[in-house]
Amino acid sequence: MYKIVEADFLAPDVKRFIIDAPKIARKRKPGQFVIVRVTDHGERVPLTIADSDIENGTITIIVQGIGKSTKQLNSLEKGQFIQDVVGPLGKASHIENFGTAVSIGGGVGTAIAFPTAKALKEAGNYTISIIGARSKNLVILENEMKAITDEVHVTTDDGSYGYHGFVTDKLKEIIGSGKKIDLVLAIGPIPMMRAIAEVTRPFGIKTIVSLNPVMVDGTGMCGGCRATVDNKTVFVCVDGPEFDAHQVDFETLIKRNRTYNVAEKEALNHICHYDAAFDSLKLQEAEGK
Amino acid sequence: MAELSKKDRMKIPRQAMPEQEPGIRNANFKEVNLGFTEELAVMEAMRCLQCPKPVCVEGCPVGVKIKDFISLVAERDFAGAAAKIKEDNVLPAVCGRVCPQEEQCEMKCVVGNKNAPVAIGRLERFVADYEREQIGLRIPECKPKTGKKVAIIGSGPAGLSCAADLIQTGHDVTVFEALHELGGVLVYGIPEFRLPKEIVRVEVEALQKLGVEFKTNAVIGFTDSIDELLSTEGFDAVFIAVGAGLPYFLNIPGENLNGIYSANEFLTRVNLMKAYRFPEYDTPVFDCKDKNVAVFGGGNTAMDAVRTAKRLGAKSASIVYRRSEKELPARAEEIHHAKEEGVHFEFLNNPLEFLGDENGWLHGVKLQKMELGEPDASGRRRPIAVQGSEYIMDINMAVIAIGNGSNPILRQTTPGLDFNKWGNILVDPDTMKTSKKGVFAGGDIVTGGATVILAMGAGRTAAKAINEYLANPEV
Ligand SMILES: Cc1cc2nc3c(=O)[nH]c(=O)nc-3n(C[C@H](O)[C@H](O)[C@H](O)COP(=O)(O)OP(=O)(O)OC[C@H]3O[C@@H](n4cnc5c(N)ncnc54)[C@H](O)[C@@H]3O)c2cc1C
Ligand code: SF4
Ligand code: FES
Repeated sequence: MYKIVEADFLAPDVKRFIIDAPKIARKRKPGQFVIVRVTDHGERVPLTIADSDIENGTITIIVQGIGKSTKQLNSLEKGQFIQDVVGPLGKASHIENFGTAVSIGGGVGTAIAFPTAKALKEAGNYTISIIGARSKNLVILENEMKAITDEVHVTTDDGSYGYHGFVTDKLKEIIGSGKKIDLVLAIGPIPMMRAIAEVTRPFGIKTIVSLNPVMVDGTGMCGGCRATVDNKTVFVCVDGPEFDAHQVDFETLIKRNRTYNVAEKEALNHICHYDAAFDSLKLQEAEGK
Repeated sequence: MAELSKKDRMKIPRQAMPEQEPGIRNANFKEVNLGFTEELAVMEAMRCLQCPKPVCVEGCPVGVKIKDFISLVAERDFAGAAAKIKEDNVLPAVCGRVCPQEEQCEMKCVVGNKNAPVAIGRLERFVADYEREQIGLRIPECKPKTGKKVAIIGSGPAGLSCAADLIQTGHDVTVFEALHELGGVLVYGIPEFRLPKEIVRVEVEALQKLGVEFKTNAVIGFTDSIDELLSTEGFDAVFIAVGAGLPYFLNIPGENLNGIYSANEFLTRVNLMKAYRFPEYDTPVFDCKDKNVAVFGGGNTAMDAVRTAKRLGAKSASIVYRRSEKELPARAEEIHHAKEEGVHFEFLNNPLEFLGDENGWLHGVKLQKMELGEPDASGRRRPIAVQGSEYIMDINMAVIAIGNGSNPILRQTTPGLDFNKWGNILVDPDTMKTSKKGVFAGGDIVTGGATVILAMGAGRTAAKAINEYLANPEV
């Protein structure tokens, strides 16, 4: 059992948990995730480790409550316990001084991008972050991002806060301003990541995405998390979760994430708010065609 | 047993295993075999000729004293029989259920030369169940503490048997398990209807009573590396028993369509995560009800998957296998049970491509007929494609059960540990010693997917060698 040390809502349905897990806190690197099982009847849900505190022996996860398991998790309060937390899992992000790095988070994707953005800054990159949300009340981690990146841009789909538009529009604007971009990290709903990949492709900008397929064990044992990258099958939990966006077959990924009926699928898809928005957006538009 | 002549013994027919009716059991997850009664067990035990040179033992990978335990069953000393088996086999309730006896002890049994061999497996199971249900597992004495600490990675049969031996020799033993439950394939792979999870739980509990410490949710390589176990965590030796655990796929087009599972995923969802009790348990599994399900492969895993699909309500549940019935690697009993339960077998068929709809859902598989040619390296006749024989089979779900490669996590995180080109750990077969000092390995991670009894045997061999190593690390 793992104790919840802090729990607070960052936005409606988006909760931040600080969990007592000293070993994971000590070992985890940016880009890695944990698998959480809320109760002994629960599913195994993968969640990125947003941050950790070695001294206090805690890790931070940020959860969007959509399906049964994530909602159940989000109903837990400080002082309560989570049945199982296993990790850190997956490969750590590849961090080096690329030059200028743009980190883009859509919806709860911002929480997933946060640790890698932080590490990129620490490695000496000039870091720009773009936080995308449907609406002002869903913007998360703005202050935290400000503290760890050189520039922060917020975009909202409805224009209620920051830039009125999608993260892709903002990225195009930054690229259009003539600034040399060496790395783009895009984390969010699959349609968003796919759209970003198409924005950067013509410019040959190295673009990394973090995939979030359905998982079971998270250790390479089941193959349920498989995705097609560079025309080869990969197991996201052990070969990823980060991949070169220009090689990912997003079509298959979107279809595979719909294997279970909507409720279950959403229980495992922690970035759905923004997903809906991007689904409705014509991809053509996002690609700027 | 002296009163019966050899001839009399030979006249007793092999006692049938009481089992659930096929038409009933194919809709539930309760155990198929109900087990011998005391009367059936004693009757079966009387069939044993008590050979002066019992060849059955030669067929047993761990050398269970078969003749002796059977004689105790005939004398109705069931507790004594249990103790006798446990001298060599620490998990008889499991092995009695899942060992391929027809290729091991029972294949050697001399009674089998004329009649059906003595049902050694069924007797083993009976004795183990008797002990567990009637008198409780015997908790053996442990030697005084040595102060040495051993880490065991993986809680499958290799890990559990090694733990059992080492704790009794007085070492401190900690078992690290990546999943949230203990037992390895015994809990996540082999279904409830063949091996009730309660049996594994009781075995694990017995080890806990002996003082073995179990740490679940610990993925060694990530949570701690092997080097850290040996340094900062203070372990004196490590036994790696992580199993095979990286499913092979067919590598044919369409394999990432929805509705295609590896056997590991399908069985894990159903067994470990209890998806067969969804929505009481939260993990879903693709709804097999009224669907056509095809399982590719012919081993125990394939039989478990196809019978599971049947139980989940599949309209048709088929095995698609490249070779013929004779080459099926599964246990004879599982094949027999599968047939009784209404599983179809499509022999000499090779999948070429999975076909899906525009939403990515599987709806068919293109198959090619095969015929058998010359024997290959494994001694089995090699299947050869029949040109122009392609056809399409309509299916809504596919399970790939063609075996497992080795998991990359330890390979990526353990410098100094040598692997072969398939990713199996290289060991000295007599001691299970690896290339890394103080590190031993056994079970499926060394052999590739094999059997419970071989994994268990490897665990015991390693325990012996670890014990010697701890007494004298420099030799
Ligand atoms: C569906 C199925 C049916 C089978 N049926 C039969 C049968 O009828 N008869 C038979 O004899 N054999 C059968 N087998 C084969 C048999 O189960 C295996 O040979 C045996 O379980 C191997 O034992 P093991 O201890 O080596 O590994 P496993 O049982 O695979 O256990 C390994 C354990 O290690 C854990 N682990 C892996 N990596 C790590 C890590 N890095 N850190 C911590 N823990 C880790 C795993 O989670 C797992 O729990 C079957 C196998 C399957 C899959
Ligand atoms: S070979 Fe058969 S008859 Fe002879 S001792 Fe073994 S089980 Fe009994
Ligand atoms: S989640 Fe099972 S292999 Fe990745």
